[in-house]
Amino acid sequence: MIRDILTVMWKERKGLFRQGGSRSRALLTLLVPVIMLAIFLPWQIGADWVETYWSILASVLIPLLLVGTVIPESFAGERERYTLSTLLASRLPDRAILFGKIAMAVGYGWGITLIVLIISLVTVNIAHWDGQLMLFTPTIALVNIVFSLILASIMACLGVLISLRASTVQGATQFLMAATLFPLILLQVAGFLVLQVWREWFDNFMNTLATVNWTQVILIIGAVLVLVCAGLIWAVMARFKRARLILS
Amino acid sequence: MTETAIRIENLTRDFGQVRAVDNLSLEVPSGTIFGFLGPNGSGKTTTINLLLGLLEPTSGEAEVLGYNTRTQADKVRAQTGALLEYPGLYEQLSAEDNLEFYGRVWRIPALERQARIEELLTHIGVWERRTERIAKWSRGEKQKLAMARALLHHPPLVFLDEPTAGLDVMAATALREDLAALATREGVTVFLTTHNMAEAERLCGEVAVIRQGKLVAVGHPDELRARAGGPQVEVMGGGFNDDVLSQLRARPEVATADIQNGHLAINLHEEIDVAPLVSLIVNAGVRVEEVRKGKASLEEVFLTLMEEER
Repeated sequence: MIRDILTVMWKERKGLFRQGGSRSRALLTLLVPVIMLAIFLPWQIGADWVETYWSILASVLIPLLLVGTVIPESFAGERERYTLSTLLASRLPDRAILFGKIAMAVGYGWGITLIVLIISLVTVNIAHWDGQLMLFTPTIALVNIVFSLILASIMACLGVLISLRASTVQGATQFLMAATLFPLILLQVAGFLVLQVWREWFDNFMNTLATVNWTQVILIIGAVLVLVCAGLIWAVMARFKRARLILS
Repeated sequence: MTETAIRIENLTRDFGQVRAVDNLSLEVPSGTIFGFLGPNGSGKTTTINLLLGLLEPTSGEAEVLGYNTRTQADKVRAQTGALLEYPGLYEQLSAEDNLEFYGRVWRIPALERQARIEELLTHIGVWERRTERIAKWSRGEKQKLAMARALLHHPPLVFLDEPTAGLDVMAATALREDLAALATREGVTVFLTTHNMAEAERLCGEVAVIRQGKLVAVGHPDELRARAGGPQVEVMGGGFNDDVLSQLRARPEVATADIQNGHLAINLHEEIDVAPLVSLIVNAGVRVEEVRKGKASLEEVFLTLMEEER
């Protein structure tokens, strides 16, 4: 099984930067979030980037963006380009195909996130050097590593579920992006409204937040995300079946 | 390997109210190119999907290379190769990488895999272009590569679903020649679906004809021809009259004699020397310009069978 998963990962890696044709276009798409989150924001935010939870922004956005574009290509793309039926007619077990594709997408999203975090450290140290090396605290480093992995996995599973229903890569990508970015946008709008309309309530809320132990909050959020992730993995395993796929 | 590569017993598959395969029973002997003929939508692709264990039958059983397709589908897929409706190649990858991937899928050891890839790409004449991305290759070249992929792991049985569909005459002919050469050289059993009768006639040692999921006929192309009628004689010329028709119809070896499109068309019960018949026609005052003797083509057999089923 492991060997079959590695075989699928080999193929996915070969095709990763060539989906839709151009390797340079794919690299260019990758460059925008990397510059934004590895250079621009850390440069602007300074020491707070490593001392507070600002860097979680990179651990949330990069897996969402990267995995969100790779997974529809990998799953809906196989069907759109009529390669899925041949793959299903091979000796590969369903789960090797599923986990090989997911592992490559998650590895890609997670790996790039970790690289971005390292580059962001270099940026902060160069831009705000005060004679002492600035590093993430162990808790922040751990939170970044774990959160980006969980989010990449959640995004991959969501992507698989959506791709299995979508008829095209474009349709799957659009739906997946809307489904994941819409709650974030909604949160931003809600925050803006709260600031405008319920200013007093917001001030009280912020005072309460000041007393909150953020590490505990993040641990709780992390635990919830792990549960969500486990549920989604179970759901994709139930959905990704040869007999269903050949009919779709 | 068993003597019978595929054994199908009362296989049926329904999609809702539609019966795609209807009580199909069939045996495919090992080592032959077996043609599975039928018009579009007759259930050919569904049959392949059932034989590969990709679909579960509604009822009935099938065995491929001795494995039950319902309970041992993974073993069936491990032992067979397939070129389905589409080439199923990764166009962003090179020809070599496409075969490399499937070589890894079938767990061919690295050195053997490299040698086999070189052998197959050389055989289909694209070894020099092995590192090119195949996106810009012609359809015929892709189809050849897909056929090479199906044979990569030396499977004893290969399923080919309309391999020449959509190809121009040149590409289709080249692919047929490659298929025949590869099948002979590799000694594989080929289960070939097609609605191209000339293709089946040229390649297949045995054929089955299905219509609306039901088996209509099965046998060697010559046997099917015999079912559709005996040899035919066509006489071109002039002066055909009722008298010559009456004389011909009175002969025991003649099944029918008619004037069709200005020619005299005679169907015989069996293979005979036609000289006495030609002599009879000449003596009856017919001006004979040309005499052609032939068999019904598989296409004519197919059309006859389709007509009978209606």
